[in-house]
Amino acid sequence: MSSQVRFTDFKSDKQPTWCPGCGDFGTMNGMMKALANTGNDPDNTFVVAGIGCSGKIGTYMHSYALHGVHGRALPVGTGVKMANPDLEVMVAGGDGDGYSIGAGHFVHAVRRNLDMTYVVMDNRIYGLTKGQASPTSREDFETSTTPEGPKQPPVNPLALALASGGSFIAQSFSSDAMRHAEIVQEAIEHDGFGFVNVFSPCVTFNDVDTYDYFRDNLVDLAEEDHDPTDEDAAKQKILDSSKEYQGVIYRNDDAVSYDQQFGLDTNMSEIPDGAPEDAMDLVREFY
Amino acid sequence: MPADFNWAIGGEAGDGIDSTGKIFAQALSRAGRHVFTSKDFASRIRGGYTAYKVRTSVDDVQSVVDRLDVLIALTQRTIDENLDELHDGSVIIYDGERSTMADVEIPEGMIGLDVPLKRLAEEAGGAIMRNVVALGAACEVTDFPIENLDSALQKRFGNKGQQLVENNKEAARSGQDYVAEEYDHEFDYDLDTTDNDYVLLNGDQAIGMGAIAAGCRFYAGYPITPATDVMEYLTGRIEQYGGHVVQAEDELSAINIALGAARAGARSMTATSGPGIDLMAETFGLVATSETPLVICDVMRSGPSTGMPTKQEQGDLNMTLYGGHGEIPRFVLAPTSVDECFWKTVEAFNLAEKYNTPVYLVSDLAMAVTEQTFPPEAFDMDAVEIERGRVVDDDTIGEWQNEKGQFKPHALTEDGVSPRAFPGTAGGAHMSTGLEHDELGRRTEDTDMRIEQVDKRTRKVETAKEREDWSPREFGNPESDQLIISWGSNEGALIEAIDLLEDDDIDVRFLSVPYIFPRPDLSEEINSADEVVVVECNQTGQFADVLEHDALRRVKRINKYDGVRFKADELADEIRAALAEEEVTA
Repeated sequence: MSSQVRFTDFKSDKQPTWCPGCGDFGTMNGMMKALANTGNDPDNTFVVAGIGCSGKIGTYMHSYALHGVHGRALPVGTGVKMANPDLEVMVAGGDGDGYSIGAGHFVHAVRRNLDMTYVVMDNRIYGLTKGQASPTSREDFETSTTPEGPKQPPVNPLALALASGGSFIAQSFSSDAMRHAEIVQEAIEHDGFGFVNVFSPCVTFNDVDTYDYFRDNLVDLAEEDHDPTDEDAAKQKILDSSKEYQGVIYRNDDAVSYDQQFGLDTNMSEIPDGAPEDAMDLVREFY
Repeated sequence: MPADFNWAIGGEAGDGIDSTGKIFAQALSRAGRHVFTSKDFASRIRGGYTAYKVRTSVDDVQSVVDRLDVLIALTQRTIDENLDELHDGSVIIYDGERSTMADVEIPEGMIGLDVPLKRLAEEAGGAIMRNVVALGAACEVTDFPIENLDSALQKRFGNKGQQLVENNKEAARSGQDYVAEEYDHEFDYDLDTTDNDYVLLNGDQAIGMGAIAAGCRFYAGYPITPATDVMEYLTGRIEQYGGHVVQAEDELSAINIALGAARAGARSMTATSGPGIDLMAETFGLVATSETPLVICDVMRSGPSTGMPTKQEQGDLNMTLYGGHGEIPRFVLAPTSVDECFWKTVEAFNLAEKYNTPVYLVSDLAMAVTEQTFPPEAFDMDAVEIERGRVVDDDTIGEWQNEKGQFKPHALTEDGVSPRAFPGTAGGAHMSTGLEHDELGRRTEDTDMRIEQVDKRTRKVETAKEREDWSPREFGNPESDQLIISWGSNEGALIEAIDLLEDDDIDVRFLSVPYIFPRPDLSEEINSADEVVVVECNQTGQFADVLEHDALRRVKRINKYDGVRFKADELADEIRAALAEEEVTA
């Protein structure tokens, strides 16, 4: 690790192909700033992404990275972190990737509470497949596959995380660059699974959940005297569908992470040239 | 008296059949006898019937046969289910004081030994030990020194307290004494002991042991019959070497977690059975395209769908050979015996890392549930070699960077093998992806680069074909013009079948093939033989198909897909019949 790392060191020389104005630019910049601010460098950082616009992030960032299959980014990150706990692991996904095809993995990654960070770029629509409903789309949101709206309530990712035993639950807005970077930084610093749902508007296909909408409706918890360690207060915010919140909503510093629980502290890439010295003991067990 | 002795205990699931069988198998192994076990679940009647069978001999035994000499029957059904394997002189031990066994029917010619198992067990300290009373009775019938049973009981119950061990020993003695006192009969059986030391283990355990020996430090899996034993073996053991086993939420997660660990540099593995392989297929393509070394073990069972989860089949060959969309370079290894499960696992890890490629390690239920004896030297840990392939470090990374200092994880090389930089290596930061990519791992749709990357991944297999030894294992008479070919767990039964055929002056050459892809080129062997018979546990002859494709010649086939593994005597009959059949023509 080096204190000389600047956030631009996490930038690759590849020009993003996101649409001009896409919320993902800000989401990614905040992630890079947060990584640099927490003293990480590209050589000890592993970024995992799934499929969709969010999945492209590994190409635009500079670090060790894997761009995997749809919905399975969290399991990949889980394996990376378990096999080498020295690495800073950050998983990025979209609302489809994380709350639809990957919803099962989300629940289990949250309850495993590994010391990693999960950033979801939530634009409430499927962008890369050109505008279909996502699990966080509003009930009446008309799209090419839901001409009268999905007619189902949207998934509440924060509630899902809380119900799964989440130890760090936050929400940010990609356009509020400072706050977003701060919140991701807090997630990284959290000793456990840091989850941040980021409002990351899709300027091409979503004309409802726009920058203006979030600017007008966003309530920053930092200005509200909210105590994130108060579970009841967190529940109340999470279940309040009348407002959009930004900030750290819930934090449990006492939750024991999977790594601590199982004493995972070995870099498993280092192994001897042959079988372990006492390996014949493994055979003798079968006498 | 036959040279080999066959013994079984049968009853309802929950009667402690497995553990009792295991105790006796262990006692025999400790007494220097070879042991080959099988678990039998009747398919004729649905329900909980289960049996544990043990074949034992002073000489090597590698298969099961259709004969039972001593049967401990906890239910009437145990006798009924095994009628066709019982013979004149077979001994049936049962508890006539149990209401359900009061009117037990002992078939003519067989010897029924009515032993009050439950009562004697209660006297020794608890009804739960009734199976051990029966084992004591079996010792008396077979003249087997009961002290050998003591040491197996010690191993089994030692960690639960010495009192329990003593009670069990007493229970065994009471069974022995009861038979000695109540039955004035000269039994035909005499189980000799030797001074040999053997270990007794099954294929799943051998895979787990091979994984640890090979430096596997990470396992992610989801429980499924018959692969779960691999996970259970590794749990608690791999941690002693700094590794970890994680039970994932499903197979999709399991292979992705294993993939993540492999990207972090760990020797990593997952194991499942057919239905799990289906679920893993998408990520299998990602593993191959991102050129991640990963061992994926498929312990096959009867399919398709959930099929017969506790039954034998070798039906996944095509799935492992061709499964996944697009064209995917891979290695497919299929160990042919329990000890080879160990060695092929070691080899699988080396191949995976030398060629940055997923390796399917294909085993099957028959091997997974079979416990077999081996001299400990069969698992000579000093002979385990670990080859990690083209891994770069801080000093050598420069050779694999472009002019901008960017690491090339998918560098186009002559042998098709690209370098690996474990995360943490300075200057090695890079991405990889399931998308087609350039040398840096970045997405591309450039037509030339697409072709170069596809060819590069294929070239690894070509390189491996040249550099590695893909020979089959050879048995029988190498000069014979009657050729038998098989793969997977049929080897042991075939070796014994060949012995039986030799007694009839039928002489064959047998090639047991542990490599499915790449596989040895057997065209010359096939085309120079008069008769070629391919033996496998599936209906369509999946391996016969690929051999015909390779050699451009039709072969005869012996296929078994009733859910039960081949037995040596049955196989000898089938081969005799196949050789007598008219030649197949194209």
